[in-house]
Amino acid sequence: MGLFHTGGCKDSCCLKVQNVSVKIGDDQVLQDINLHVHCGQMVALIGPNGAGKSTLLKALLGQREYDGNIMFSVPGAHRVKARIGYVPQSPTFDPGDPLSVADLFACCLSKRPAFLGLNKPLRELVMQCLKRVHGEDLIDKRVGTLSGGELQRVLLALALEPIPNILILDEPLSGVDIEGMTNLMDMLDEIRKNFDLSILMTTHDFSMLPKYADRVVLIDHKVLIQGQPEDVLNSDEFRTAFHMKEGC
Amino acid sequence: MQIWYAFCDLLPFEMFHWDFMKNALLALLLMAPLFGLMSTMIVTGRMSFFSDALGHSAFTGIAIGCICGLAPTPVAVAFSVAFALLFSYVRSRSNQAADTLIGVFSSTAVALGIFIATLGGGSFTKYNKYLIGDVLSVTPSEIGVLLLVLAGVILFWFLRINQLTLASIHPQLASSRGINVDSMQTSFTVAIAVVVTLAINWVGLLMLNSLLVLPAAAARNVSRNLKQYHLLSILFALAASIIGLIVSYYLGASTGAAISLILALIFSISFALRKKVA
Repeated sequence: MGLFHTGGCKDSCCLKVQNVSVKIGDDQVLQDINLHVHCGQMVALIGPNGAGKSTLLKALLGQREYDGNIMFSVPGAHRVKARIGYVPQSPTFDPGDPLSVADLFACCLSKRPAFLGLNKPLRELVMQCLKRVHGEDLIDKRVGTLSGGELQRVLLALALEPIPNILILDEPLSGVDIEGMTNLMDMLDEIRKNFDLSILMTTHDFSMLPKYADRVVLIDHKVLIQGQPEDVLNSDEFRTAFHMKEGC
Repeated sequence: MQIWYAFCDLLPFEMFHWDFMKNALLALLLMAPLFGLMSTMIVTGRMSFFSDALGHSAFTGIAIGCICGLAPTPVAVAFSVAFALLFSYVRSRSNQAADTLIGVFSSTAVALGIFIATLGGGSFTKYNKYLIGDVLSVTPSEIGVLLLVLAGVILFWFLRINQLTLASIHPQLASSRGINVDSMQTSFTVAIAVVVTLAINWVGLLMLNSLLVLPAAAARNVSRNLKQYHLLSILFALAASIIGLIVSYYLGASTGAAISLILALIFSISFALRKKVA
């Protein structure tokens, strides 16, 4: 499988994943992964459970050792360090944690100890961040009491400060209802246009992909196919990976 | 200390006219914020059993110090820190659940401590004070050590609490924002080891963990944000320490046990109020 190009990396900033392989113990979790993500593109990473999607995200985040190259380039310069915004899978916050949305932002964005509360400039910054995801009213809510959709918006707002080059979302649509999914995808669409950033997301929900994704990459330890959403979702590789393996 | 003694003489309680009670009150006023702060992170990081295991390792360290003819407290601090680092190392490389590993380490430490303490037919009686503790025996120089530890913990809190909180509640998110989760957790683990080992002399192994868990557990029931959580945890620890000291004096019971029981009462009240606050 060759590299996927639209317009080439000379014309826009680009995240390049070249021959990335990850071995955990004796398991070859990823083998020779190659893909490019250009600025302004939304790329969906799909694959059956255990295909290595989360491992690839961890490699991109620098949390997993790998062989190969992961680099980010901008026109006229090479190997710039990319600023990555990360939205983790949501249901990992303890509902009992006495942590407000404002506290979460303070922990991430400020050196001032969060237990002292937010000073005025920091609170204004948090409001500004939440405004990007239409979530100003969530600032004093406890993180553990947020709905799936609200939590996704909060984590998205957090990942957008400072504005990243690449936004990585791990299963952002899981645990979110249909209306919430549409709202979230509309928001992501608006964000990538407004900030000219790349979005890379993993998902098991394919219904949103034809409308929103520029590219879909199907992996199962290696890249099986990548291309336009319709092409990938109608391919034999897709049917083999999901219908035959998962029996659905 | 003279200023503190003079201040205590002005208090309308006869009990605080005794020097040992003046020392105990001051020690508790320093220990309460120390335990209140530490307990917020111990509860958030689900380390209650771990701090208990560290108490056991401190006891083993004391036994080693005694048998070697060395000052028990420095040996115990060194042993607890080594214990904490070894536990962190094994946990990061094992697929066993954390509570299983804590059980392994804790029981081994206790067995080693008792084995060393009773080696050659030695009596265990002299170690009883470390089990129950006695805050009334605290000396001015120990209060000085306590003050230094409190200052160190407050400094750590101001410099590192944001990263430590994030590393505890969501390690992957913390890591994506450039926080070294392992070093954060290890540094806090070492801080618990030092505090637990020093406090074992005054509070005792059996009571220590209640002071490291109950203030924040009660605060967590009725807090909506980190500011309330920290404030209430410290206030609960302070209130329980002062009331517990007074109650234990008049009833002639162990001060550590009285403080723990008051904290348990505060927890019960906060538990009853939790839905109103949420």
